[in-house]
Amino acid sequence: MPPHDPHEHHDPYPGFPVDPDVTRAADVPPPRLHTQVLAVVAAGGALGALARWAVAEALPHASGSFPWATLLTNVLGCFLIGVLMVLVIERLPDQRLVRPFLGTGILGGFTTFSTYAVDTRTLLAADRPVLAAAYLFGTLVVGLLAVVAGLRLTERVVR
Amino acid sequence: MTFLLVLLGGAVGAPARYLTDLAVQRRHDTALPWGTWTVNVVGSFALGVVAASGPGWLVTLAGTGFCGALTTFSTFGYETVRLTEEGETAAAVANVVGSLVAGLTAAALGWVLGSAL
Repeated sequence: MPPHDPHEHHDPYPGFPVDPDVTRAADVPPPRLHTQVLAVVAAGGALGALARWAVAEALPHASGSFPWATLLTNVLGCFLIGVLMVLVIERLPDQRLVRPFLGTGILGGFTTFSTYAVDTRTLLAADRPVLAAAYLFGTLVVGLLAVVAGLRLTERVVR
Repeated sequence: MTFLLVLLGGAVGAPARYLTDLAVQRRHDTALPWGTWTVNVVGSFALGVVAASGPGWLVTLAGTGFCGALTTFSTFGYETVRLTEEGETAAAVANVVGSLVAGLTAAALGWVLGSAL
C-alpha cells in the first residue's frame, strides 16, 4: 500500500464529467441517437428560453438598475444543474436523453451568459460601477455556491 | 406573438451550443472547457450587436431567444465547480477570469459595432 499523501486531492465526485453536455471529447453519439439528442436539446432550449423570458417579464428592470430577473434565473439554473447531474449519474445512468433534454436543453436555454455580460456593460455605461461589480461578482459567487448546494443536497437525499 | 419568437430562437440556439461544444471539445486536449467559453463569448458579442441596433422583434428572436439559449451560465458554473473539485484550481480560476473578461469585452465590442450600424 503506498504511503498516504496528506496533500492528495480528494474529489467528492470521482467520475463526474467536467463538461455536463459533452462527456468526453470522442463522445459523438451514433447517428440515430445524435438526431434524437439534437431534437430534445432544441425542445428543451425552447422551453428554457421561454421560462427565462417569463421570469424577465414578471420582474422587469429599468435600464441601469439591478437585473434581478437574470440573477435569479442564473442562480436557480446553477442549483438545478447540480441536482440534475447527481440524479442522472447516480440514478438514471442509462437514460441517454434525460441529460440532453433537461441539462443541455432546458437549463442551458434557461440560463444565459450573454445577458449577464450585456447587462453588466449597461450598468458600467450608465456610470454605476459599484452596481456593475456587485452584479458581476454577486452572480458568480452565488451561482457557484448554488451548484455546490445542488450537488451536496441531492447527494444527501439519494445516498 | 412575442413568446413564439423566444421559442424559435431558443430552439435554434441550444442545439447550436451543443454542436459548437462538440466541435470545439474534439479539437483540444486541455482541462479548460473551451466549448462553453466559445459559445459564451460569441453569444455575448452577438447580443451586444443586436441589443444596440435591433428592432424589438429582432432583439426578442435573436437576443432573448437565440443568444440567451446559445450561451449558458449553468454549464459555466458547473464546469468551474467540477474543475475545482478535481483539483484543477488553476484551470477553474482561468475559466472564470477568461470567461468574464472575454465575455464583457465581447459584449462591449458588440455594442460599439451595433451602435455604428
